[in-house]
Amino acid sequence: MSLKLYIPRDAAAKALGAEAVVQAVKAEAAKRGIDVTIVRNGSRGMVFLEPLVEVEREAGRFAFGPVSASDVASLFEAGWGTGHPLSHGLTEDILFLKSQTRLTFQRCGVIDPLSLGDYEAHGGLIGLRRALSMSGAEIVAEVTDSGLRGRGGAGFPTGIKWKTVADAKAEQKYIVVNADEGDSATFADRMIMEGDPFTLIEGMIIAGIAVGATKGYVYIRSEYPDAIEVMERAVNNGRALGLLGPSVLGSGMVFDIEIRVGAGAYVCGEETSLLNSLEGKRGVVRAKPPLPALQGFMGRPTVVNNVISLATVPVILEKGAAFYKNFGLGRSRGTIPLQIAGNVKFGGLYETAFGLTLGEIVDKIGGGTASGRPVKAVQVGGPLGAYFPRALFVTPFGYEEFAGKDGLVGHAGLTVFDDSTDMLKMARFALEFCAIESCGKCTPCRIGAVRGVETVDRIAAGDPTAMPILTDLCNTMKFGSLCALGGFTPYPVMSAVTHFPDDFSRAKEAAE
Amino acid sequence: MKDFIIPDADYGTPASKSKEMVTLTVDGFAVTVPAGTSIMRAAKEAGISVPKLCATDSVDAFGSCRLCLVEIEGRAGTPASCTTPVAPGIVVHTQTSKLKTLRKGVMELYISDHPLDCLTCAANGDCELQDMAGAVGLRDVRYEAKETHFRAADTSGEANLQWLPKDDSNPYFSYDPSKCIVCSRCVRACEEVQGTFALTIEGRGWDSRVSPGMSGDDFLSSDCVSCGACVQACPTATLSEKSLIEIGTPSHSVITTCAYCGVGCSFKAEMRGDELVRMVPYKHGKANRGHSCVKGRFAYGYASHKDRILKPMIRETISEPWREVTWEVALSFAADRLKATQVKYGKESVGVITSSRCTNEETYLVQKLTRAVFMNNNTDTCARVCHSPTGYGLGQTFGTSAGTQDFDSVEETDVALIIGANPASAHPVFASRLKKRLRQGAKLIVVDPRRTEMVQSNHIMAEHHLALRPGTNVAVVTALAHVIVTEGLMDEEFIRTRCDWDEFQDYAEFVSDPRHSPEATADYTGVPAAELRKAARLYAGARNGSIYYGLGVTEHSQGSTTVIGIANLAMLTGNIGRPGVGVNPLRGQNNVQGSCDMGSFPHELPGYRHVKNADVRAIYENLWGVEISSEPGLRIPNMLDAAVEGTFKGLYCQGEDILQSDPDTHHVAAGLAAMDIVIVHDLFLNETANYAHVFLPGSTFLEKDGTFTNAERRINRVRKVMAPKNGFADCEITQMLANAMGAGWTYTHPSQIMDEIAATTPSFAKVSYEYLEEMGSVQWPCNDAAPEGTPLVHVNGFVRGKGKFIRTEYVATDEKTGPRFPLLLTTGRILSQYNVGAQTRRTENNVWHDQDILEIHPHDAELRGVKDGDFVRLASRAGETTLRAEITDRVSPGVVYTTFHHPTTQANVVTTDFSDWATNCPEYKVTAVQVSPSNGPSEWQVEYDAQAAAARRILPAAE
Repeated sequence: MSLKLYIPRDAAAKALGAEAVVQAVKAEAAKRGIDVTIVRNGSRGMVFLEPLVEVEREAGRFAFGPVSASDVASLFEAGWGTGHPLSHGLTEDILFLKSQTRLTFQRCGVIDPLSLGDYEAHGGLIGLRRALSMSGAEIVAEVTDSGLRGRGGAGFPTGIKWKTVADAKAEQKYIVVNADEGDSATFADRMIMEGDPFTLIEGMIIAGIAVGATKGYVYIRSEYPDAIEVMERAVNNGRALGLLGPSVLGSGMVFDIEIRVGAGAYVCGEETSLLNSLEGKRGVVRAKPPLPALQGFMGRPTVVNNVISLATVPVILEKGAAFYKNFGLGRSRGTIPLQIAGNVKFGGLYETAFGLTLGEIVDKIGGGTASGRPVKAVQVGGPLGAYFPRALFVTPFGYEEFAGKDGLVGHAGLTVFDDSTDMLKMARFALEFCAIESCGKCTPCRIGAVRGVETVDRIAAGDPTAMPILTDLCNTMKFGSLCALGGFTPYPVMSAVTHFPDDFSRAKEAAE
Repeated sequence: MKDFIIPDADYGTPASKSKEMVTLTVDGFAVTVPAGTSIMRAAKEAGISVPKLCATDSVDAFGSCRLCLVEIEGRAGTPASCTTPVAPGIVVHTQTSKLKTLRKGVMELYISDHPLDCLTCAANGDCELQDMAGAVGLRDVRYEAKETHFRAADTSGEANLQWLPKDDSNPYFSYDPSKCIVCSRCVRACEEVQGTFALTIEGRGWDSRVSPGMSGDDFLSSDCVSCGACVQACPTATLSEKSLIEIGTPSHSVITTCAYCGVGCSFKAEMRGDELVRMVPYKHGKANRGHSCVKGRFAYGYASHKDRILKPMIRETISEPWREVTWEVALSFAADRLKATQVKYGKESVGVITSSRCTNEETYLVQKLTRAVFMNNNTDTCARVCHSPTGYGLGQTFGTSAGTQDFDSVEETDVALIIGANPASAHPVFASRLKKRLRQGAKLIVVDPRRTEMVQSNHIMAEHHLALRPGTNVAVVTALAHVIVTEGLMDEEFIRTRCDWDEFQDYAEFVSDPRHSPEATADYTGVPAAELRKAARLYAGARNGSIYYGLGVTEHSQGSTTVIGIANLAMLTGNIGRPGVGVNPLRGQNNVQGSCDMGSFPHELPGYRHVKNADVRAIYENLWGVEISSEPGLRIPNMLDAAVEGTFKGLYCQGEDILQSDPDTHHVAAGLAAMDIVIVHDLFLNETANYAHVFLPGSTFLEKDGTFTNAERRINRVRKVMAPKNGFADCEITQMLANAMGAGWTYTHPSQIMDEIAATTPSFAKVSYEYLEEMGSVQWPCNDAAPEGTPLVHVNGFVRGKGKFIRTEYVATDEKTGPRFPLLLTTGRILSQYNVGAQTRRTENNVWHDQDILEIHPHDAELRGVKDGDFVRLASRAGETTLRAEITDRVSPGVVYTTFHHPTTQANVVTTDFSDWATNCPEYKVTAVQVSPSNGPSEWQVEYDAQAAAARRILPAAE
């Protein structure tokens, strides 16, 4: 008897015990004399079901989860049948998955991440092959027409950025991937790198062809050892199989990739700090202009794109700009991989077209809080994102829509909080985070964050004069800071102050 | 005293070099500036100062302080005006209610982490932070700061770990971290202006601190070279001159010129009363463009050192102690002896030595003294022992005895070839300018036996280092030419139009001979042939190739030949006559160029005109009312030879210590000892004064008016900032001596001397003090043909007509290694000390270099049982001395290196009397020596110390 199982190699699955499950499966299979093939796939994104083990049958892949090592014997006993209490039936039919629109993540969790053959068998390289038949300008136009915007948080139109680099005259240009995914509640970059690295590689090559760059760097945060390993192996495999190197797929186009590892600074997720770090310098923010598109890595024209932006390019080239553009709302086109985390019942990655309301995401998809208490606030867009109260849950998920409510989409990470949360403490945390992670270059961020913490403490102690100081400080930081770290720290602070005033006056009342 | 303050506003960001002009509106005023100019600078040009702290126009915009934010109509946000370039038609507002609020907010943050001790702060009244707090109208700091960097302990007495103590390790400036606003101006100045990269910002966020070197380093132990750029850039009291801290802020300033090396940096001498508070590099100085080195910036303490002699002294014989006397007594004693000597031994028996340290005017007077009063041509100068081959070689080939470029030219060079020079130590400000260009992508070739700092240091690396054996310059330069000619890399059109074609063909035939190939010469030059070929191709292929050379070229038995070879290289490749190219001698001393220009040589009247030319003599004869000898006089070595022989008996030596600086010290001492009258005119009782009968105390460059001419032929004003401590400026003293001899000179100001120079010397025709006031400085030739001076020479043709190629046959020096003296000694300079050290040794610069050190390769050290730091004996056939050894592979096996800054070492005891075939420039750079372990000073050192101590005795003044 033989058995083919998929047990994710994804870091979240591993953190939840996937390695122990693999060992238990091997041991149990040996004991029972069953020939088991284990594919270490990426995660399907249903973190609440991880480790999610899939068994391949003729009818499709059947899901079991969350599986722990102690469940393995009973799963074998049940013949990996649907009768087992951990069975969820066909994976594709699980509502959380079935209701998604998976474009960027179409292969993530499905294929063996390190198999280029598997990648190609699931639609990989179609976009690249098409790109190789197009001119750079045509590719740039296709990406521009798709409406794709930078998924790192700033939402800048990817095609326009590429055009700037394409139009710049230089002997050498670069593609730099920002994989320094440091925001709280974000894991889309990591998931794609661990689960479908060739999608990113393909996107980078297409970008290289489009702008005339022959070298790419993936700057991965050091906290992602699994992503680093998978990316390095994928690049090596790609090079060995002629996807990368002096002649991409035999086209004569040159493109190669180096994986670089960060050193633990959050601010190196800011593109100019990232470039400094990549050059071996201190990770401090550079003033813009000059734009990295014109003077980026080593002073040369450089595309700096988020992982998801580039990983979305292959599907755009595969299916066409119109197909992609057809999804979404307003100026937010295509799909967005929502990352739902925090105090939430169904945490994980959910790729869907822009346009769901925040309430739909949190209550319907996320299923409310894990604690069962009412949702008090959702922080959208990482530690620099605004806190949204229930009153704003009608806000549709889109760049302009969130900006209109003094918030941001960011990298589309959502952290859910229940009603036991003290929002003053969350405001203090935002400033503390900024103080710890500030690069120290500009004054509003370097000194302001520290003074902000002290001022929130005064508010907590009931000092009535401190609130206008905090408001003024947030104004100085928002408009005076050099980069988004100092500039966006006021978002969580002021949204907490605005939407949850009671949390900032309780202490005062207590003092009175 | 006139106050020469020239408004030198800080425009915030460097000027743009773009030719394209852009017009924008700032606060309602239209302003037109070059494209690429920052909005901040454009506003300043319109007279509008945008508040700023991290911006200063010596370094690139950084955008960190966030005070200079502006609003631009139609653009979102509040961009920083320092980092945002102008664009056509934009409408900028620098003062809006939003900006006012933001700036106040930023200043409130700054001041919340700054001690409020303004009244007792060294920067009080000179603090940009203070100014900005005023400019933005900050009236209140509402924060209750718990975390600070400036409180040593909190209110409970608990130590504040964020507080760092003051770093006073550098002798000249202190670093007080508690006052730092982390604007990074110092770090950027260290990187961009100086190019040392000694400073960095350590830590992140709130923990960001300026840090010299690695953590655990202080300023003294770091790579810091104490150039002062960081101190200059600091907007607060964080980095302050110790003199400023002690004295207080200056009340006025005077622009003057540094008296150290030949770069000729302009400085602002900042004064309070007649006390010098600090020397600050002058941003409009055309040689230094606002930069400085440790010597010019800080090492002026010798001017008030206790060793300085302020009263004239005489003695009958050199075995007697000195007697302090009045000027009248000293001058008549000197004049009487000189006259008696001339009566007894003939008018040719006395002479003068002018100094490359003194002003043009002083030098002119000293040569006039011998020509018009002593009535002979016995004048020579210390340029004899450094750059005389430059005068000869460039005069022969190009027609002008001077460098072809200005220093700004380096900004346009693409390949620089440095031969026998280590500007990082000897011409630091030029080195910084070159390094900046190298960091922009220019390539460098270094020809030097030693792996100098130019070969590799922070963020620069030479493309090729040709580490030749000392003494083989001509062979290497000729081999470079061989490659250029035989590989057809020359610029034929240039040669055909600008040079003599027949002479070129003769030269081409000569260099093409296979015996000049790099392969054939590698055996004795030690330079790998392939490397030399690559270097030749790189230089020849450069769009703009420049050559910079120093005493490693000239101070050889074939020094003049190498200079000619260098000129040949430039002509072969067409690298003459435009910015970025040329042949550039790096002059060792402040006025080497000027002292040569002024007729210091025994065969030349001012302006390099031979004394045999009757028409030239007539100019001076008519003016001076004397008859000038048509016979060239004696050179320094000839004077000393003649003295030993008994025919040369009297010498007036101004501002030069020939005993320490000239080769073969024993011979110099013997010559001096044989004279009847030696008059030393100097600041200190130098080594030569041990053999003097009259000591005339000199004045420092701070105490007199005059001009220095730097390596780029730039005539810079030296301005008196204080009264001479010795009572008289040096040209007054020379005039008094002349008049004591009956000359009847009547100059009342050095400007009159310059007028006489201009009237008699065509290349100086338009130069006057008035004109220098107007122009700042000019480069000669400055006359009706070139009324604004001449930054580049030979632009449309060589001064001599056609460029002249001359064969450069390599003849090995007679100074050869052998079993007794198997190593080759070469000598040089170190950053912190200057020449014989008379000045720098009398400053705090000794903390960096308090003794001369012998560099020896590990292999040679091992063979001799020498360990790092050992006392060793250094012996040649001329003499021996002892010093400590440093084991390093900066020198090649077989080569040892030392400096000659300290009289206790007297490296020139070891050097020999070999010299350049054309000019007698001594062969300092090659001496066969042996090195062996030693227990203590050599016999000579002991004897010398005793003699010097005896010779320096001064009797108490007779009451």
